[in-house]
Amino acid sequence: MTVGSAPVVPTAGGRGRARPKRSLRRRRLIGLGVLLVLLVLAVLASIAFGTKVIPFSHVGSALFAPTGTEDDIVIRSLRVPRTVLGVLVGVALGLAGALIQGHTRNPLADPGLLGVNMGAAFFVVVGIYVFGVTTLFGYVWFAFAGAMVASVAVFLLGSAGGRGGPTPVSLALAGAALSFLLSGLVSAIILVDTDTLDAYRFWNVGSLAGRDTAVAGQVVWFIVIGALIALATAPALNALSLGEDVARSLGQSVRRTRVLGIVAITLLAGGATAACGPIGFVGLVVPHVVRSFTGPDHRWLLPASGLLGAVLLLAADVLGRLVARPGELQVGIVLALVGAPFFIALVRRRKLVSI
Amino acid sequence: MAAPTRPTRDPTAREGLERVRGRRPFRRGAVSGVRRPRNVLVLVVSLVVLVLAVALNVGRGEFPIGIPDVLATLFGGGDPSQQFIILELRLPRSLTGLLVGGALAVSGAIMQSVARNPLASPDIIGITWGASAAAVTLIVLGGAGLVGTLAAVGLPLAALVGGLLAATVIYGLAWRKGIQGFRLVLVGIGINAMLVAVVNWLLIVAQVYEAARATVWINGSLNARGWEHVVPVGLALLILVPAALVLSFVMGALQYGDDTARGLGVRVDRARSLLLLVAVVLAGVATASAGPIAFVALVSPQIAQRLVGSSRPPIGASLVIGAALTVTADLIARTAFGGVELPVGVVTAVLGAPYLLYLLVRQGREARA
Repeated sequence: MTVGSAPVVPTAGGRGRARPKRSLRRRRLIGLGVLLVLLVLAVLASIAFGTKVIPFSHVGSALFAPTGTEDDIVIRSLRVPRTVLGVLVGVALGLAGALIQGHTRNPLADPGLLGVNMGAAFFVVVGIYVFGVTTLFGYVWFAFAGAMVASVAVFLLGSAGGRGGPTPVSLALAGAALSFLLSGLVSAIILVDTDTLDAYRFWNVGSLAGRDTAVAGQVVWFIVIGALIALATAPALNALSLGEDVARSLGQSVRRTRVLGIVAITLLAGGATAACGPIGFVGLVVPHVVRSFTGPDHRWLLPASGLLGAVLLLAADVLGRLVARPGELQVGIVLALVGAPFFIALVRRRKLVSI
Repeated sequence: MAAPTRPTRDPTAREGLERVRGRRPFRRGAVSGVRRPRNVLVLVVSLVVLVLAVALNVGRGEFPIGIPDVLATLFGGGDPSQQFIILELRLPRSLTGLLVGGALAVSGAIMQSVARNPLASPDIIGITWGASAAAVTLIVLGGAGLVGTLAAVGLPLAALVGGLLAATVIYGLAWRKGIQGFRLVLVGIGINAMLVAVVNWLLIVAQVYEAARATVWINGSLNARGWEHVVPVGLALLILVPAALVLSFVMGALQYGDDTARGLGVRVDRARSLLLLVAVVLAGVATASAGPIAFVALVSPQIAQRLVGSSRPPIGASLVIGAALTVTADLIARTAFGGVELPVGVVTAVLGAPYLLYLLVRQGREARA
């Protein structure tokens, strides 16, 4: 603190106007930096902590100079793949949430509400019951196909009336209706066949456990392509958030932006659900938190949402491993139990940022 | 061409009332309103459908009875064996379905009106899932010991308490110098997600036999329902539906927004709290009797609103349509799948969802045309 120095008073109007912009930019950069640091910490925690207690010194040697001890095997073949999958899925869910909220201009929107989860669940149950699939590896394609079919159906049904795009309420209703329909069909199957219920109930709680690198390998390209499309359409999404008419008069192709948006959301959320089962709340909570420091600009909002999604998912996964030793609490359950109160606090504390 | 106006021949004009969009107004003492013939028509038609559905549901089974005989027995005739089968064995099940469906639909209609949001029905915002979480906890913790009286009394009681508790928590958390519909829905969705997670977790720690039993309960079932299930829901409806109808006059003012409603002389917060209390008790009692039958509370008011063409879900039509939907779904669940009897909630979901989708698409087309 310098005592006695005169407070800086903006003398020219131009300087006064430039000021808030610069501070916003600084806030965004600091926010991104903090997120990156948190991500590194979360990755380290995810590798270091687990059911088996491994000293930090062994963690380091397992990563950089493995000698084939039990600790090395646990870290290299279980925790590292699990962490990689966690980052992948977290980024996907965070991005998908930000995208779907941007496209529907609805802070309620979450890939789960739009039928992606139930679509995946229905196809998985059909896979178990009809085709006798029982491995996590086998579920992936069924889940992915289901998520894709469901989200496209919801978008088409939700926009069947309006010109150019669905209204938030019609989209939410179409998603809820399709989800109910599919969950009815899922219930019908699992009630008739107890073996299917037995397999399905473990898929139905989203989890990172037991997925080897092959599962991540199956979905990684969907998620990467989805993320690239999402980031590429960020400027167009900014224009769309001014309203469709304004976007059109700015030279945007509304239809193309929407279609690319659906494709990206489906790839991201579908890939994540296929790999881990339904995981809620990341896509719903993350964009709200991120918006508090990025503002509504999607060029900042989208990458920051991806980063925070990964941080949140890894943190929840680590927490689930620590609270229920020697077993573990599935990450989907942890996220709902921790994320929901957080979300409610957010809803209560201030007026939700309207988009 | 302007329609010819004949104010002198219109009897209502003498009373100083004006036509509202071509509808004839009326005044009886302190009550005035507008005649809505379409409302009455919808009510009558859905009542007929309801009676037919009940008659069919009662008639079908191991020992089939024709609709004329069923109707005769219901109105006091029939031979003793038919009386026993119908009145003691089958009617309670259909009546439970009818009452539960009606209660859920009225609950949904009230909540959707109060929150001014079609998603604010008890099955979306976590009230029925509160009931489910409590019941599933009891099923999983009770294990094989949960039979007889404990199951017959304990499960509904746990469900009722769970539902009311969830509603209280949601209302308390959504309260911030008053209740705002959108915040209520968001808080409800948050609580709902937590409860779903708890139920899913209970399902994976349970034995598969208990998980199957809990799954039946979660889906809402009318199997083996007797008169003891009919009475509580019947009483609740008898008391709460008239209360809701009286309060619904206030509901009309509420839909213009809080400030306008206050300007019209409505005590907004008190009216809304009372309405929500009515809705929550209805949903809780219904869920305690038959489990959280999916979709009835969400879809019946929406169907009723579109059929009647009103600006908010009508209570009477919602009640009858919810009841008819549930009984029809039970008929299908019992008889359509050969030897397998599915829980009624599975069918309401599969049946109700496409209809809501169809309505959405049609409404969109009309808006575009």
